[in-house]
Amino acid sequence: MSATMNADTNSQKSVIKGAIRIEDVVKVYDPDGAAVMAVDHCSIDIPGGEICMIVGPSGCGKTTLLNAIAGFHGITSGEIYLDNELLCGPGKMQAEPGSDRIVVFQNGALFPWKSNLENVVFGPMMEGKLSKEVIYDKAIKMMADAGLGGTEHSFPGEVSSGLRRRVEIVRALMLEPKVLLFDEPYRALDSLTKSVMHEALLDIYYKNKVTIFFITHDLEEAIFLGHRLIIMSSRPCKPKKIVEVDIPHPRDYSVLTSPRFRELMEEAKGVVNEEAKKAFEAGEKEG
Amino acid sequence: MNNASLQASEMTGMALTMYRISTWFKSPKPYLMLFGVGFLLTIWYLFVEVWQLPRFEDMPGLTEVVTEYFSPDPIYGLSVYTPEYYQHIGISLRRIAYAFFLATVLGVPLGLFLGWSKKFHEFIFPLFEVLRPIPILAWVPLAIIMFSGSETPVIFLTFLASFFATTLNTMLGVQSIDESYTRAARCLGANGWQTFRHVIVPGAMPYIFTGLQISIGVAWFSLVAGEMVSGQFGLGYVINTAYTMVTYPTIVIGMITLGVTGFITSTMVRMAGDFMMQWRVRELALGDN
Repeated sequence: MSATMNADTNSQKSVIKGAIRIEDVVKVYDPDGAAVMAVDHCSIDIPGGEICMIVGPSGCGKTTLLNAIAGFHGITSGEIYLDNELLCGPGKMQAEPGSDRIVVFQNGALFPWKSNLENVVFGPMMEGKLSKEVIYDKAIKMMADAGLGGTEHSFPGEVSSGLRRRVEIVRALMLEPKVLLFDEPYRALDSLTKSVMHEALLDIYYKNKVTIFFITHDLEEAIFLGHRLIIMSSRPCKPKKIVEVDIPHPRDYSVLTSPRFRELMEEAKGVVNEEAKKAFEAGEKEG
Repeated sequence: MNNASLQASEMTGMALTMYRISTWFKSPKPYLMLFGVGFLLTIWYLFVEVWQLPRFEDMPGLTEVVTEYFSPDPIYGLSVYTPEYYQHIGISLRRIAYAFFLATVLGVPLGLFLGWSKKFHEFIFPLFEVLRPIPILAWVPLAIIMFSGSETPVIFLTFLASFFATTLNTMLGVQSIDESYTRAARCLGANGWQTFRHVIVPGAMPYIFTGLQISIGVAWFSLVAGEMVSGQFGLGYVINTAYTMVTYPTIVIGMITLGVTGFITSTMVRMAGDFMMQWRVRELALGDN
């Protein structure tokens, strides 16, 4: 059964849009004339529909890469393509933010002054292509699918942080993006909520196949969710090792105790620890 | 969600207000408040009328003020029974209303743009920061030269103080908005104007209302200063004339009236803020989760 599942996801991958190609990207920050290289000749190829986990120690420049894809800031050199269309590269160093690539932020960015439902309809309402009724109907349906029924008219501040994250993901999915960019979204959650959120995320992913670019420093999270782990070196940020996670999807929490999971953990841990150590030492030198 | 919060979210309008009032009466708060007021009045009574302490003997006493305040035929001409009393309140309130309204309509948009546009900020803000520390009283001569009559200079002075408070707080409000919100809005396809309307304005709202609270406070402050110098009616004028005419109880009547009306107007501003920011009221009521 697992083999057929795997074959299934593989065949779907080829038709799903949202392939990201990062080619030789360099990002140099230049505050006060002291050039700091955040990303160093980084090349990553992510097929459409893949959950790609970017793993690295805090402050290694992973977020820089994400911000470049999202279009929040430019790159110094290199190119980034989405489905073979240039997002940013020579002549246009900063991508235009757009609803084909939506970010789920580290601390959550639901608008606290709008109800959960108003947050979910925000994107389509701004777009103004569909009628209000159609948008609201779709939003209510999607929220119900994600287990958010009954929270529509609460404000984000009134529901738990786990539910807030789910609302945020649904808000992103309303626009049918090709890529979801996660910037350590579960960092602030407790481990119990986290595990529920992981299963919920996979659940949502199985229903809406999108490419997921997921930044984390939590290895367990990375292996549980990802098709592939890209372990980054600490500053400057550059792929150091790629770990293919051959545990078939759909996954649930029993995966965590499987021998293969442990093996992958061991494999990845060595590399991550080495980088974390380097980052720590570098931090000490700077301090 | 726990039980208490469920209950609170189900009760609305009248029932909720009644519930809040009844819990307020059951708490020690109103009694402590009465005790505080009573304490001040007792000290006043003892110092001035019973012990007649040095420097206090010329002050109007508690009983003198109260009898004057509630006398149908006041000795010095001003009590709750005289129409002049309400005329003065009305005129002061009207000035406050004009000044506060103008300061809000001009100050909020200016503050929003100061926070929103870097270029605009660089252009306007230094000028703003030089004008802001000038005390309102220093503006009095210019105000009288610039504006004719006695009404407009007072309104201008009142407006000025409010305007600076509102603008500055609104600007800080915009600057305080987490960048994630504007980024999220852009990600979700909002254009500049939509981001401004749906993120910047509501995001700055808590600071705007803090600004308006300060603004209404300083409005009264500068109103009285203005009325003392160039008014013909109003509570500031009442106090100043009572001083020159040596009708001391009237001074205290004017002061108490100022305190009460000032308190009522700030409460109104706060209630307007709570009404417009239900999300914040409900979030704070639940505490941080």
